[in-house]
Amino acid sequence: MKQFSALLEQLYYTHSNLGKEALLCDYFATTPDPDRGYALAVIAGTLKLPNFKRSMVLDLIRSRTDATLLAMSQDYVGELSETVAHLWPNINGTVAELPALHTVIENLRTIRKEALPEYIASLLDCMTSPERWALLKIGGGNLRIGISARFIKQVLAKFSDQQVEQIESLWHGLEPPYVSLFAWLEHKADAPIVTERLTFTPVMLAHPLEDSDFSRITADAYAAEWKYDGIRVQLVHNGIGKALFTRTGDDIGHAFPDVLARMNFHGTIDGELLVKHDDIIGSFNELQQRLNRKNPTAKLIADYPTAIIAYDALFLDDRDIRSLPYDTRRDLLANALATYQPTNMELSPQIPFTCFNDLVTARDTCAGQKIIEGLMLKRRDSPYVAGRPTGPWYKWKNEPRLVDAILMYAQRGSGKRSSFYSDFTFGLWRGNEILPIGKAYFGFTDEELKLLDKWVRHHVQHKFGPVVEVDKELVFEVAFNAVHRSPRHKSGFALRFPRIHRIRWDKPAQEADTMQVLESMLDR
Amino acid sequence: MHPRQWIEIRPEGIYCKPGNFYIDPSRPVEHAVITHGHADHARGGHGTAIATPETLAIMRVRYGQEHATVEQRALPYNHPILYNDVTISLHPAGHILGSAQVRLEYEGSSIVFSGDYKRAADPTCPPFEPVPCDVFVTEATFALPVFVHPPIAGEIAKLLHSLHLFPERCHQIGVYALGKCQRVIMELRRAGYAETIYLHGAMVKLCALYQDFGIDLGSLEQVTVENAKTLAGKIVLCPPSALDDRWSRKLPDVLTVAASGWMRIRARAKQKGVELPLIISDHADWNELTHTIADVGAPEIWVTHGREEALVYHAHQNGVKAQALHMLGYEDESE
Repeated sequence: MKQFSALLEQLYYTHSNLGKEALLCDYFATTPDPDRGYALAVIAGTLKLPNFKRSMVLDLIRSRTDATLLAMSQDYVGELSETVAHLWPNINGTVAELPALHTVIENLRTIRKEALPEYIASLLDCMTSPERWALLKIGGGNLRIGISARFIKQVLAKFSDQQVEQIESLWHGLEPPYVSLFAWLEHKADAPIVTERLTFTPVMLAHPLEDSDFSRITADAYAAEWKYDGIRVQLVHNGIGKALFTRTGDDIGHAFPDVLARMNFHGTIDGELLVKHDDIIGSFNELQQRLNRKNPTAKLIADYPTAIIAYDALFLDDRDIRSLPYDTRRDLLANALATYQPTNMELSPQIPFTCFNDLVTARDTCAGQKIIEGLMLKRRDSPYVAGRPTGPWYKWKNEPRLVDAILMYAQRGSGKRSSFYSDFTFGLWRGNEILPIGKAYFGFTDEELKLLDKWVRHHVQHKFGPVVEVDKELVFEVAFNAVHRSPRHKSGFALRFPRIHRIRWDKPAQEADTMQVLESMLDR
Repeated sequence: MHPRQWIEIRPEGIYCKPGNFYIDPSRPVEHAVITHGHADHARGGHGTAIATPETLAIMRVRYGQEHATVEQRALPYNHPILYNDVTISLHPAGHILGSAQVRLEYEGSSIVFSGDYKRAADPTCPPFEPVPCDVFVTEATFALPVFVHPPIAGEIAKLLHSLHLFPERCHQIGVYALGKCQRVIMELRRAGYAETIYLHGAMVKLCALYQDFGIDLGSLEQVTVENAKTLAGKIVLCPPSALDDRWSRKLPDVLTVAASGWMRIRARAKQKGVELPLIISDHADWNELTHTIADVGAPEIWVTHGREEALVYHAHQNGVKAQALHMLGYEDESE
């Protein structure tokens, strides 16, 4: 338990992913089973302790501290786990050894609900504040140590030199403390066999289309589809149950019970998840209202109805069809959709073309539609393979939209960039006023960053903590994929993927663009 | 006569009417008593400045040899003087070198302004002495029960362990130039760290002053353009404001460390980009504050500088009369 607490502490304060990866690999290499597997579960958020509740922690601390001082403390600290960790009266002093992590977790899992508070209190009594925080975080989920579900699998891949895709495909079939997983990762056993569980199948990804690839794209060899701006998902239904995964294998089914409910045939579908009001596809912004909501209300589901645009099928009627050519898989998928007629699931339409110029035209006409990011080009004879092979699939994104905006505020970055002003907020003219339209922290070179940092330091008007307001003199050519209305932003607009395209050292701020220019780019 | 009747809050600071002097005034005045050398308490340009010899020396480093226009009056600890009918004495506060509590006595009643203080041991200054009085004025910087400063030896051990784990990284520690800097150096020496410690320019003169007062800080060197590149695996001390500024760019693979009581709060440390937070404070934590109120045993306390509300609440719960100092003069007349 002490080592686990030390690990969480170090992960919390380490900025760089490389640093986090090194800490985790070292921990996995030096910690025995089943402790490391439980640690992995806590970090990946897969450990379920239904009896370890926030309300129980609240009751424990309330019976030990003055209510007013508790309220003042929590108001100051913000987070309950940390407040309790700091406030807990240290009656037994701290001890040199705590029980092993697996002992603690197995007790947390098995002790009767009524006896659990007493057990947790007995541990808290002999811990330091960081150790108490770690214990409370085991129960409280959400660690906020900057480690995503995807990242932890990449770390495991690095730890073991196995493919991350294979780890992702096994992941949902395994349970804490992951002893069989670690045995395989350390080459001491074969990959664990998972049959009884719903698992994620690694997805196929596309390469960007380069100018030199244009000549390959013929109507005989390739099919064209729209590239939608939703989120790529894998929808699974088989004898075990149903699941909805992101393209990196995160299970998001809990946020989309409506999608799962409508899936009415056995298969594994690769598609795009979107918001759709009758025939009109909603913006990514609307889809965001549905993401990360664990238990969406009926109202939220009604306000932001979802739909799936099906690109491909990996399994149908429990048969693996990944080795069949794209054209065949698509026919099978079309048949399944026609047979079962699932609500709000449609086949991704193909764009007819005879020569490459038709595609150029198609891409130009779709530019400006917020829901379409560009084109997908797929070899008709290609099997469905995991990863990003070169050749079978290409993505050909729309040209970005550009505006000339004025730098308004700058903020220092983090990690390597902590001494540089590297996060920039920029705006456009409305009358004599400049309204902020977005923020970007990439798109420039390291050399340009040095120049920008210097410019900011010489043009500071006001400081607001880490943020400085600068003279409204420097113009950025800002690129972005789409713009839509947003009541949450002062200007009333929000940009999708804004980045600094060019620094216009030469352009006077007076000649920067106005809000009307942005408004004219609003998506239809 | 109750101190309420002869102490008042003025724009310049706390004013003692019968003595015609201020305590730690924030702008130049004719007569000032200074608790300690930190810039929010000690300023240059007073007429007469009364303080411990150490504090006056610190003020000379910071504000020049002639920082007081009329007189620098050195008053050692526990040597009462009579000043315009008011008896003034200074007593150790345990905060930094020269830091003092100011006790004032007038017409049979007394008040102690403790300034900033702590109760934990500090090799650079004598420990806080509880002084009996009718009103005790306490700071409240860390006056919430979540603030408990762990023993400093453990925090120093964390730093030394990190140096051992990351011998290729320059450990840059943000510390106040006055007090914290020298205390951290002394604690490193005590833990057996004998290597040269490197200093930001802002710290050099104050460290030399500490050495003049017989506090042996060991081998120190200023960071220069020439030696900066060679400081991998070394300890560099700088003011907190220099931690994430351009200054640090010349150092090799910096590991950002901060030594402060605020480092207890995770989000606060993280927001500052600190990779190794050390909870080291020259202010009393919650337990020290509450114990001190009991130790001093004054029937009434006034609370200033920080989270007054929680400490006033605590005092009331324990039957001690208490109010926030900034409310002085605004209380209910009937009280």
